[in-house]
Amino acid sequence: MEFKDYYKIIGVARDATQDEIKRAYRKLARKYHPDVSKETDAETRFKELGEAYEVLKDAEKRAAYDQLGANWKGGQEFRPPPDWNAGFEFSGGSGGGDAADYSDFFASLFGHDFRASGGGGPSFRATGEDHHAKVLIDLEDTYQGATRTITLRVPGVDAQGHVVTRDRILNVTIPKGIREGQHIRLSGQGSPGAGEGKAGDLYLQIEFRTHPLYRVDGRDLYLDLPVAPWEAALGATVKVPTLGGIVELKIPEGSVSGRKLRLKGRGIPGNPPGDCYVILSIALPPADTEAAKNIYRKMEQELNFNPRTKLGVPK
Amino acid sequence: MNTDDNLTQFSVCILEEQTQLSMADLCRACAVHDEQIIALVDAGVLEPQGREPARWIFTGGSLHRAHKALRLQRDLDIDLSGAALALVLLDEIASLRARLRAMGGEY
Repeated sequence: MEFKDYYKIIGVARDATQDEIKRAYRKLARKYHPDVSKETDAETRFKELGEAYEVLKDAEKRAAYDQLGANWKGGQEFRPPPDWNAGFEFSGGSGGGDAADYSDFFASLFGHDFRASGGGGPSFRATGEDHHAKVLIDLEDTYQGATRTITLRVPGVDAQGHVVTRDRILNVTIPKGIREGQHIRLSGQGSPGAGEGKAGDLYLQIEFRTHPLYRVDGRDLYLDLPVAPWEAALGATVKVPTLGGIVELKIPEGSVSGRKLRLKGRGIPGNPPGDCYVILSIALPPADTEAAKNIYRKMEQELNFNPRTKLGVPK
Repeated sequence: MNTDDNLTQFSVCILEEQTQLSMADLCRACAVHDEQIIALVDAGVLEPQGREPARWIFTGGSLHRAHKALRLQRDLDIDLSGAALALVLLDEIASLRARLRAMGGEY
């Protein structure tokens, strides 16, 4: 198993005071809290931090950890020396953190007994834990509704008490019109209850895969639509891709780049449905033939056009 | 959770839109007592319909707000008004990010 450098994780020196450790931990905890942080590895970082703090905040555990010596590097292959913690007395009990998430390294040093154990007996009853997971779907899935096969990695404990993960495969119907950040609930699909208690629920948080064409804001979609200079200048009816298929859009005469046109009700379905905003961007035909160059030269000669009038510079 | 389960197709509903929760539902789902939910309502984190706690009806979205507020409180060692403020700011950041994305920005 890998050695964990708890001091490095919290970002303090080995001789840091308890107060310094607490301050450094709190600062990083705010930064990497999964509800706050946008970093992709926030959850892992936050768990690692919690584990490091669990050891370093506790004088007994910290002293035992320090006993391992200062020469270890994070990630180095580690095996606890025999009787490494002889002479240390642990008062035990974790501070309510999710000890089941701690690393094998932590478990090898401080044991698994920090995990809460349920009581027994026929009258014992507790509702199983709710589970949470994120699911990436395509924008098309919310437009039409879809069935997705979702694989969840579920940690559990085997008969020998080892932590094992197994894959759990679920077929889930994605409701039409679901938006990013919303959740779907699968009743009774969390942890089984204890005794006669009900099973917990499974919550899936929806995230959209980045779409090659559309950007999403709530139920509205945004699409950049390239148009030819003459389509923008003279007006035209052009074909536009929407989630529901190709539609025709009338470009008003005299449109400029960045003009926003709305296709009402062509966004994510709902009551009311979202809209699809089309943002015009004028694409210039390349001047790669003599004929094309002549057209540009003719425009230069015949149009008295200064694109920089607003900047106050003469042509 | 045997293998047969895996083949079942789950039809689901959107928590935020199609679910209503009573006080008891919310307490159970968050594994907390009444008082903590009342405190969340007092802090303005949750806005149920109905006059008195026994008749309160929460939207499905309340569940995640409550979870989030309770997690922030527990993990960052902050009080309820601090957590409430964090939620407001997080909502604002999320909507600004969505607008930035819509305009073609990075987030």
